[in-house]
Amino acid sequence: MATLTLDNVRKSFGATDVIHGVDIDVTDGEFIVIVGPSGCGKSTLLRMVAGLEGITSGEIRINDQRVNEAEPMERNIAMVFQNYALYPHMSVFDNMAYGLKIAKTPKDEIAARVASAAKLLQLEPYLQRKPRELSGGQRQRVAMGRAIVRKPAVFLFDEPLSNLDAKLRVQMRLEIKQLQRELGVTSLYVTHDQVEAMTLADRMIVMNAGVADQIGKPLEVYENPQTEFVAGFIGSPATNFMPAGSIGVSVGKTVGIRPEHIKLTDSPTRLQARVAYCEALGAETLVHLRLPNGQLITVRQGGHLPLPSEGTDLWLGWDDAAMMVFGEDGKRI
Amino acid sequence: MSEQRGMVEKRGLGHWLTHLGLIIGVLFIFFPIWLAFVASTVTQPEIVRPPMPLLPGDQFFENYSKALLSGVNAPVAMMMLNSLIMALGITIGKIVISLTSAFAIVYFRFPGRTIFFWLIFLTLMLPVEVRIVPTYEVIANFGMLNSYSGLIFPLIASATATFLFRQFFLTVPDELTEAARVDGASPMQFFWHILLPMSRTNIAALFVILFIYGWNQYLWPLLITTDPSMNTIVMGIRQMFPSGDDLADWPVIMATSILAMVPPVIVVISMQKLFIRGLVDSEK
Repeated sequence: MATLTLDNVRKSFGATDVIHGVDIDVTDGEFIVIVGPSGCGKSTLLRMVAGLEGITSGEIRINDQRVNEAEPMERNIAMVFQNYALYPHMSVFDNMAYGLKIAKTPKDEIAARVASAAKLLQLEPYLQRKPRELSGGQRQRVAMGRAIVRKPAVFLFDEPLSNLDAKLRVQMRLEIKQLQRELGVTSLYVTHDQVEAMTLADRMIVMNAGVADQIGKPLEVYENPQTEFVAGFIGSPATNFMPAGSIGVSVGKTVGIRPEHIKLTDSPTRLQARVAYCEALGAETLVHLRLPNGQLITVRQGGHLPLPSEGTDLWLGWDDAAMMVFGEDGKRI
Repeated sequence: MSEQRGMVEKRGLGHWLTHLGLIIGVLFIFFPIWLAFVASTVTQPEIVRPPMPLLPGDQFFENYSKALLSGVNAPVAMMMLNSLIMALGITIGKIVISLTSAFAIVYFRFPGRTIFFWLIFLTLMLPVEVRIVPTYEVIANFGMLNSYSGLIFPLIASATATFLFRQFFLTVPDELTEAARVDGASPMQFFWHILLPMSRTNIAALFVILFIYGWNQYLWPLLITTDPSMNTIVMGIRQMFPSGDDLADWPVIMATSILAMVPPVIVVISMQKLFIRGLVDSEK
């Protein structure tokens, strides 16, 4: 049970600044997901919390204790790595027990803790196997088990699902969520996958080029993005951006409209566009239209609506409330 | 259908030809060893009288016990013990030193790390023969002539093994090191618990190669051991050759040669499985 605080944390490698001052307050038991494109510094931030990467300036506190100088082990954290990082020559049991053995935990307690973690993760039949004899999903569970047995204050996940196939990823996503709820351990989870971020997070942090652009509940972030980057990154298909002047908005530089907020009509509304192609996904249909100036606009509509045929001219309409206006600096107006 | 016939045809003539070629090759390589064995089981007059016998004689036990217990200059049993101590000393020493130096070079950031690596690497380019005079001088000044330490220490550093372990350590994923750090393992615990068990196939392969290297040392023991009780077997064979008009005791010399081959063969056969695994895959 712990809180985690990042106070104006910065990181530079030589002259290059990677993290430009991040502030985060994680309350006890909260599940925080850091999401962002590759190279935005999210993994570096996580590794700084873990103690695998030095902190250039600022402060990281776990339970209000400064941990900047502490070794990973003293920070009372556990980490799940992207490629699992299981010790290849050790059995599943030994992999999970290794940290406890180093900490000189009594043997019977090690056995008890590993047994309960194995039960929780349905790994009991595999305890004597080597990692290479396990499937991807099972290895992932062992990596989680190794984190659980240490009863850490904070769980750190570094893109733990990116090595799994799509179906397994969905299943493990649910399991991680359940597990975190059950154990109630404060967690920090890094991913580039916005679906993981939306589904797992109590609050999510959208990172862009070393800056936390927005911190908030997933739906809040989705409905009310604070920057142009967040509006474009969160949501799939991505938000449509148009120059403010071109649609008669006098303030700001660009206007973003989510695909589901645009309605296609035959009668004149706001803009006219030609249907380029349609993607019918069953429950919904994505219609891609080309504006007279060549820009592509995506519209998401219900799968029950008739498919517009390619090449027809349609009108795009939306409510004023659907418009997200961004200024020159990319910030929301 | 035609594919199957191809297989059958290959299994017919091609199969036999391949085997014939291989068998001839094996016989060709094995023949001198067979001759040596035959020569070690007959009497001295039988060897020197042409033609040379091609089938073993009845002197096996006489010749071998003579070689093992008295030899020509020194009993072969004693020379074999010397060789064993030297070979094991060189092998184990080389493995320990190169493991630790590779560990230092790969996992620690210290001033002059690259320089140290290149210094080690540089010694690869200097064979023992090139530095033999200064090495002899040093060993003589330390009073290590005619001693096991004199036999072992000059040969104990190995750039090849260091390089090999360095390359292997570089392929170990960084996450493994980090996972061990998160688990609270100290650098030496990481070395003992994780790195060492992961390198065991490499160690086995190196053990075989280095043991044979140590066992077959010739020039160095020849230079620094003058006392027959410190002779090693490979140089001892050469010492058995007569100088001037003395008669060579060929059956005993041949028995010694055969005996000299036994320990390397035992090492290779007993570690064959690990040895091949060490060369073929790194088991990750």
